[in-house]
Amino acid sequence: MHFLSEVKEGLIIAFRAIRANKMRSVLTTLGIIIGIVSVTMMATAIEGVDRAFEKSASAFGSKVLYIQKFPWVQHDDWWKYRNRRDMKLEYAVAISQQATLVDAVAPSAVTMKDSRFGSRTMLGTFITGTTHHYQEASGTTIEDGRFFSQEESDGGRPVCIIGANVAETLFPSIDPIDQTIKVGGFPYKVLAVLEKQGGMFGTFTADNRIFVPINSFINQFGSRRGVLISARVAAGADIEEAKEELRGIMRKLRHLTPGQEDDFNINEQEMLTQIFGAITAVIAGIGFFITGLSLFVGGIGIMNIMYVSVTERTKEIGIRKAIGARRRTILMQFLVEAASICLIGGLIGLAIAYPLSLIADQLIPTAMPVSVVAIALFVSLLVGVISGFLPAYKASKLDPVDALRYE
Amino acid sequence: MDNSVVINLKEIKKIYDMGGAEEVQALRGVSVEIHKNEYVAIMGPSGSGKSTLMNIIGCLDTPSSGLYEFNGVNVSEMNDNQLAKVRNKEIGFVFQTFNLLARSDALHNVELPLIYAGVTSGERKRLAREALNHVGLGDRVHHKPNELSGGQRQRVAVARALVNRPSILLADEPTGNLDSKTGDEIMILFEELHHQGNTIILVTHEEYIAEHAHRIIRVRDGMVETDERVDKRKTVTTV
Repeated sequence: MHFLSEVKEGLIIAFRAIRANKMRSVLTTLGIIIGIVSVTMMATAIEGVDRAFEKSASAFGSKVLYIQKFPWVQHDDWWKYRNRRDMKLEYAVAISQQATLVDAVAPSAVTMKDSRFGSRTMLGTFITGTTHHYQEASGTTIEDGRFFSQEESDGGRPVCIIGANVAETLFPSIDPIDQTIKVGGFPYKVLAVLEKQGGMFGTFTADNRIFVPINSFINQFGSRRGVLISARVAAGADIEEAKEELRGIMRKLRHLTPGQEDDFNINEQEMLTQIFGAITAVIAGIGFFITGLSLFVGGIGIMNIMYVSVTERTKEIGIRKAIGARRRTILMQFLVEAASICLIGGLIGLAIAYPLSLIADQLIPTAMPVSVVAIALFVSLLVGVISGFLPAYKASKLDPVDALRYE
Repeated sequence: MDNSVVINLKEIKKIYDMGGAEEVQALRGVSVEIHKNEYVAIMGPSGSGKSTLMNIIGCLDTPSSGLYEFNGVNVSEMNDNQLAKVRNKEIGFVFQTFNLLARSDALHNVELPLIYAGVTSGERKRLAREALNHVGLGDRVHHKPNELSGGQRQRVAVARALVNRPSILLADEPTGNLDSKTGDEIMILFEELHHQGNTIILVTHEEYIAEHAHRIIRVRDGMVETDERVDKRKTVTTV
């Protein structure tokens, strides 16, 4: 007997059975609907968090290495890092001369000062002192204006680049370019505004920063806090090799003997991605387990109702067997019925979850991924087949004589 | 006319294990030959083993021992799937309680054996309509069982039994749930079918129904008591 006409016959029977027991079908399907809604919403939420992270992490640039005293992800006691020697400005020059696998190197030092324009003040703005190489080395994009030149950088001229939030706060109505602001009491002329980055790292992005030439930074604010050196990996160069090369140069600059541990860290976006990936994996694991439970309970509901259905239709099974239905045919019939109920539940679940995901989009930018739709339908089909199997198997094993005698 | 043996039962025994040491011998060595185009009635009181015999002849059950050849093929050792195929192609069942699918119309009920036989949709519809016409229900194809009278239901069951052109028609008390007038109509239908060359095996405990057959096998205590030809056939019109 042809497989397709077997499935078709199964579908006809399934829909007749569903129609004949409307209330029962609705209640059974409800379990699957709730399961699919919660699982897809979970997937959508995780997708949203992932997207937010990706957007934020891209601010660090995927090909930029950050040479720092502290690692971004700390494995040891904080004091061990704290007691390391500070990073020095001169390293940047040495690295840019010696390294072959990076094409832009910029040191930067950070402090926190209030900034002011006229009557408007932005408290606790992050002030970054850096060189003219910073733009290439960090991959930041200018919205309007220009980055400072080598002369302005070397000469420590009173010029600055401001982040998008700084511009919004200090210049709500006028063009900031060529205006002079006060940074920690010192006048700086605004050369450019950076493109807005946004993202979940909030205050740490360039949006809230003011960039000034490092020479004037050191003169006016000092460099107690030490320096960070950003280095962009040259196009075509391997990040790991570049990292190894920088590590060698740094060890030489720090006069470390072969047995000594590194007393600096080379950080990269990848580290954040890994940590974040590990965190979301745990959240996703727990989330899918809990939401999966509701789907599982829905599946048990289907199994229960299929057992009832098999018992109710024992006579019918006997008749079908008497006129030539094989075991496989009966098995198929009940599997198709269970799978149909679940698939309908899955479709309704998606129809509910989709508008919900649009509402969720207002809170965190997200979208129900197409893969989730496909997986949800596949999973509901699978739940149907799995939970329908035992009842269907029971039906297929019925003895035709006994089944025919059943009233 | 071809007079070949359709059913050949040799020393068929059926023992039911009732758990523990107890067992019931439903059949204690039954040997019967049924030829093509015979019209046989199997009779016996309840508990005589006639239902067990019918189940074995109908390939719904297998004997504990003995040989059962159907059209020369040994079916006593067939597995479930092979038996299903024999039931589908070679045996047409007619039951006392009709046993139609309640939610399906007459056409679909008659189509069912063809679905299991793998006949294509168009051909199925054609054959099913033809079979319903044959039993005089050409104008009732889309009626559901509960919209049909008892006699009409049994006609649908007969159409379903015949649609795959089986070697035998196996009827278990086909008039048991019908009033005597409708019962007679069904018996006339059976006679017509017999005239058209069908082999009919009728299981009944009612003498006047059995008298329609040309041969009566009486079963008692799991054995064949008598097996005789009926010379003077009673016709329905004389009732």
